[in-house]
Amino acid sequence: MAHGTTNFNLDQKFDFTAALKKSIITVLVIGAVILAIGIITNMMGGGHDHAEEAGGHAYHWYQRLFANLWINNVYFTGIAIIGVFFFALQYAAQAGWSTGILRIPLSFGNWLPIAAVLMIATFFLVSHDIFHWTHSYLFDKDSPQYDKLIDGKGAFFFWPLAKGSFPIFFIARMVIFFGFWVFFFNKLKSLAFDEDLNGGTQYWKKMRTWSALFIIFFAVSSSISAWDWVMSIDTHWFSTMFGWYVFASWFVAGLSAITLVVVFLREKGYLEMVNENHVHDLGKFVFAFSIFWTYIWFSQFLLIYYANIPEETVYFVERMQSDVYSPFVFVNLVLNFFLPFFVLMTRDAKRHAIFLKVVCSLIILGHWFDFFLMVQPGTLGHNGGFGLMEVGMLLVYGSSFAFVVLSALAKKPLIAKNHPLLEESYHHHI
Amino acid sequence: MERDKNFILGVYDDEDVLLEAITKVRTSGVKIHEVYSPFPVHGIDDVLGYKRSRLPIAAFLFGMLGTILALIMQFYMMKIDWPMIIGGKDYAAFPAFIPVTFELTVLLAAFGMVGVFMISSNLKPWGQPRIFDIRITDDKHVLAVDLATNASIGEKNIADLLKDSGATEVNKKSFE
Repeated sequence: MAHGTTNFNLDQKFDFTAALKKSIITVLVIGAVILAIGIITNMMGGGHDHAEEAGGHAYHWYQRLFANLWINNVYFTGIAIIGVFFFALQYAAQAGWSTGILRIPLSFGNWLPIAAVLMIATFFLVSHDIFHWTHSYLFDKDSPQYDKLIDGKGAFFFWPLAKGSFPIFFIARMVIFFGFWVFFFNKLKSLAFDEDLNGGTQYWKKMRTWSALFIIFFAVSSSISAWDWVMSIDTHWFSTMFGWYVFASWFVAGLSAITLVVVFLREKGYLEMVNENHVHDLGKFVFAFSIFWTYIWFSQFLLIYYANIPEETVYFVERMQSDVYSPFVFVNLVLNFFLPFFVLMTRDAKRHAIFLKVVCSLIILGHWFDFFLMVQPGTLGHNGGFGLMEVGMLLVYGSSFAFVVLSALAKKPLIAKNHPLLEESYHHHI
Repeated sequence: MERDKNFILGVYDDEDVLLEAITKVRTSGVKIHEVYSPFPVHGIDDVLGYKRSRLPIAAFLFGMLGTILALIMQFYMMKIDWPMIIGGKDYAAFPAFIPVTFELTVLLAAFGMVGVFMISSNLKPWGQPRIFDIRITDDKHVLAVDLATNASIGEKNIADLLKDSGATEVNKKSFE
């Protein structure tokens, strides 16, 4: 065939140059320095003390550090698992167009083992400061601070142990989810790279099965992890849409990250067989799921707004009527809905790298704000905010994530050269 | 000779032959009036040199019209014409207007786009679609060349060109 994938160097690997490593590490160091300055200013009494409103505890500077750790743990875990999910989705749907870019979402999964360690370690470090339900006096009927509502939910955290003791059920879920996510990721990864070496369609068929199994597991685990890791912060409050809400936020952020890496690699001269048609489809994904996220956000908001039940509205009162957080509610909507909706609406914007680079970067920031708004009001109250600590921690996590992903890309070929649908991907035209 | 009246038609069996024929006909300087096919042929816009459709612009404008109409309608009904307190909200409870606004935006964008498409491609109810060859609704592709616009090339040359490019038959068709 005159025009086929055989014209390209299919064994090409990403060259993670020393210069690029240096610039990523520079960002990491700058982030760490900003974080350190943020911690110092906060220690010197930057945060104003509202002991009563913060749930009877005095505010300490390290609570803000913990909240930031938790935001970024959850956020980057989400981007990593969305990489694996997107990869699995292409196999489960037997999609051909995406074959040329499959290695990019797959590489995101390399963050998962790190995220697992960070998440479990951070939970033990932060438990009382982030998760109100970890206090044992809430479950003690003789205590003046006994909380009937939380006591009713206690089994979800502590079963089969006594409520208020060690949250074994919560920890077990965290370990099981990460365990299976890493297991599925490794399974798909090893099948993908074995296919490179041996060829044949049996790998593709096996990956379809494993992908379908992973998606079933992910459907349940993504929702429950959203309740566990994010919704349980506001222990009294609950929303039946929260699993979808967190998933939608993760998915848009993950798609934006995939698009950014693809655009970046193309500019560096890699992924020659990926053309503007593939980029266009990624742009459509980002556009469509930005609207999906807005739909979920608004559905949750509208039902609570219209029903006007105090125990539900408290969630939005804490955010929209707070002098600290109310501006960020609008930042969140502007960055995650109005910007992608109006900028990515036209066909040209989805096909040109410059629009996608700007919009996807801002969406990744925007969904960080989304998680910021989920975590900080319930943990820090008036003492939270967007300051040096937040910027620093985001830079530290973001650059570490980029480093892990790019090192993984440098190890193996960028194109799945024996994928049975590779030729179809090359001829993709829209 | 009058324009848009007399045509010479190349009839093709196969869309791949058709695509190559279009390129050949265009490079030889003949202006193509229109190509008719029983199903959408992938990539035909590119070889015909068509610019991108402006239909999305129409859709956007109709969508905006829907947004504005929906907001005005609800604001008028709920605030001015028949104010009612529902759930302790303001008369004009903006968040509650959004679902209706969304629906009307989608409705008008879709209807407007279909209407514009119907009118611009002469499928309007009062239009008289011209059938160049009844077989274009079944299994033949037809490439129509207006004789008046290509008068300088000559009827015979055009017919030969169409035959050379793979047409199974070359016919003439005139409209009153």
